[in-house]
Amino acid sequence: MCRIRCFEERVAQLKRSLQVHGLIHLSIGGEGVAAGVCSQLRDDDAVYSGHRAHGHAIAKGAPLGPLMAELMGRADGLCRGLGGSMHIVDAAHGFLGATGVVGGNIPLALGNAVAARLRGTDQITVVFFGDGAVQAGHFHESVNLAALWELPVILVCENNGFAEFTPRSAHTPIERVSDAVAPYGFERATVDGGDAAAVWAAFGEFLAIAREGRGPMLLECLTHRRRGHYEGDAEQYRDPLADEEWTRSDPVARLRERMLAEGWIEAAGIAAVQAAASADVDESVEFARASPFPEPELTAELVYAG
Amino acid sequence: MSEIETTFVKAVNGSLARAMRADDRVIVLGEDVAEGGPYTATAGLAEEFGSERVLNTPISEGAVCGVAIGAAQAGLVPVIEIMYIDFLTLALDQLVNQAAKAHFMSGGQLTVPLVLRTQGGSGSRSGAQHSQSLEAWLAHVPGLKVVMPSCAADAAGLFESAIADPNPVVFVEHKALYFRHERVSEPPAPVAIGRAAIVRPGRDLTIIATSRMVGEAVDAAERLVEDGIDAEVIDPRTLVPLDIDTLGESVRRTGRCVIAHEAVAAAGFGAELCARVQSAAFECLEAPIERIGAPFTPVPVSPPLEDAHRPGAEEIYAAAVGAMEWDKPEPVAAR
Repeated sequence: MCRIRCFEERVAQLKRSLQVHGLIHLSIGGEGVAAGVCSQLRDDDAVYSGHRAHGHAIAKGAPLGPLMAELMGRADGLCRGLGGSMHIVDAAHGFLGATGVVGGNIPLALGNAVAARLRGTDQITVVFFGDGAVQAGHFHESVNLAALWELPVILVCENNGFAEFTPRSAHTPIERVSDAVAPYGFERATVDGGDAAAVWAAFGEFLAIAREGRGPMLLECLTHRRRGHYEGDAEQYRDPLADEEWTRSDPVARLRERMLAEGWIEAAGIAAVQAAASADVDESVEFARASPFPEPELTAELVYAG
Repeated sequence: MSEIETTFVKAVNGSLARAMRADDRVIVLGEDVAEGGPYTATAGLAEEFGSERVLNTPISEGAVCGVAIGAAQAGLVPVIEIMYIDFLTLALDQLVNQAAKAHFMSGGQLTVPLVLRTQGGSGSRSGAQHSQSLEAWLAHVPGLKVVMPSCAADAAGLFESAIADPNPVVFVEHKALYFRHERVSEPPAPVAIGRAAIVRPGRDLTIIATSRMVGEAVDAAERLVEDGIDAEVIDPRTLVPLDIDTLGESVRRTGRCVIAHEAVAAAGFGAELCARVQSAAFECLEAPIERIGAPFTPVPVSPPLEDAHRPGAEEIYAAAVGAMEWDKPEPVAAR
């Protein structure tokens, strides 16, 4: 979680100085969900994500250097500089991809689960999306199919209350995403996404079911999106109380306080974790800066496989 | 190798079964596929291969296309059926934004070896939402391959190549070709993606035609013989990648070219063919390249109106005669 937070804060700085390119959607506020889910998965479990995907990729094991190089459009990026922030893929760690089209990743996850079932493995599939995707047609078609085929797929919705610039209440009368799947007979739960331990516990229960080849399930995590929809968003739609809400919901601060209170770690241990995260991120920026931009020929080379 | 009598749709059906027998990664999914579909293209597959590999789906083209893409990325070889090309609009987000770009955007980490079968075309009095020819949209998207067989032998041969291809291949069939009796070799001869066929060799003019219009072009060529005109008919068979070498070589030889497809002519694939051919053969052209296609209206349902809307041998014949008789005008004097 510290690595994600530190990485994202650095990306925000690099975006302001135009070293990171394009539309950047930061996952600050979602670290507890990314870590609570992905840290329980194996490399051969597949994860799909949406446009706000850096945290999910890091939690699934994506190396920070190639990830940062990808955001900077470099040849040593995870996707050789052809994907960028919204289309991160790290197949080696089962991060099969982010997508820039809201909700477009959900049916892909189902297809992955179909393949796992046909191969007879206990590999499972997780797809992350935001509450904005729930109003998209792909979500409803996919929820029906997943339930019909009883696929071992876990849908993880980060409900941060905003679809881009607009509060959820302006887009749908359904407040809780978990209620949207109720008629399909999903196993479903809504948890406080700012509480990493709660996410861990709820996801762990679903994971055990999915490992037995059963599903589908939906885990709704209520989160607070700390940044705008994208970096540079003027955020004129935001409530001035957002800062106060943040102090209550910040998943990194909450876990830190809980760990100290429970005596799971000492202050020096926290400082060491943060220092290590900061050093990793420094190193990722150095790695990315040292990497050249890709050769122009790469564009035509990768249109088709084979 | 022997010869058997078959139909286009039986050739597709046989190819599907052969592919599924040869490779257990091949699955079929779509609406009513376990029942054989409205044209029997998938008949018997569910019985032979079971419901794990022949997945009947709800009417959810977008999600079903996405499922096929996810399964392909995970190592299966899905064949998805979109019952009418008109309904492909519902799956285009998945096809265009996910399937076509996954290999590219992942820097080569992902591949999407899927075949999307669909059928289009007019003539069945089914109206404007069940009769379109939308292949030009697909040919406009980098990352997709687009094949359009015009006969049973090519359908079987191209299907084998499409299944073996590591990229998303859209396989566009024509409903009016499905039940014609044809003789084909058994087992079918493979047809490489990206290779045109010279259907009828000729010296005087090149007719480039796709799908149903290939047969119409051959009919027109027979009639042109009576006028002493020897037309060459070429079927590109694959729109993407396009065998421009064969097309260009033919037009350089004949000096005249007529392009025919059933789709609306405006912004149709014929415009691309025209541009590519004139680049490849400009100095040899004896007349402007003519394009034959449907008028710029939706397909009407009333039989005489639909018949008038559908281009055919008559239009190709007239365009060919026009190209042969075309006289180069005197250059306009410079002011």
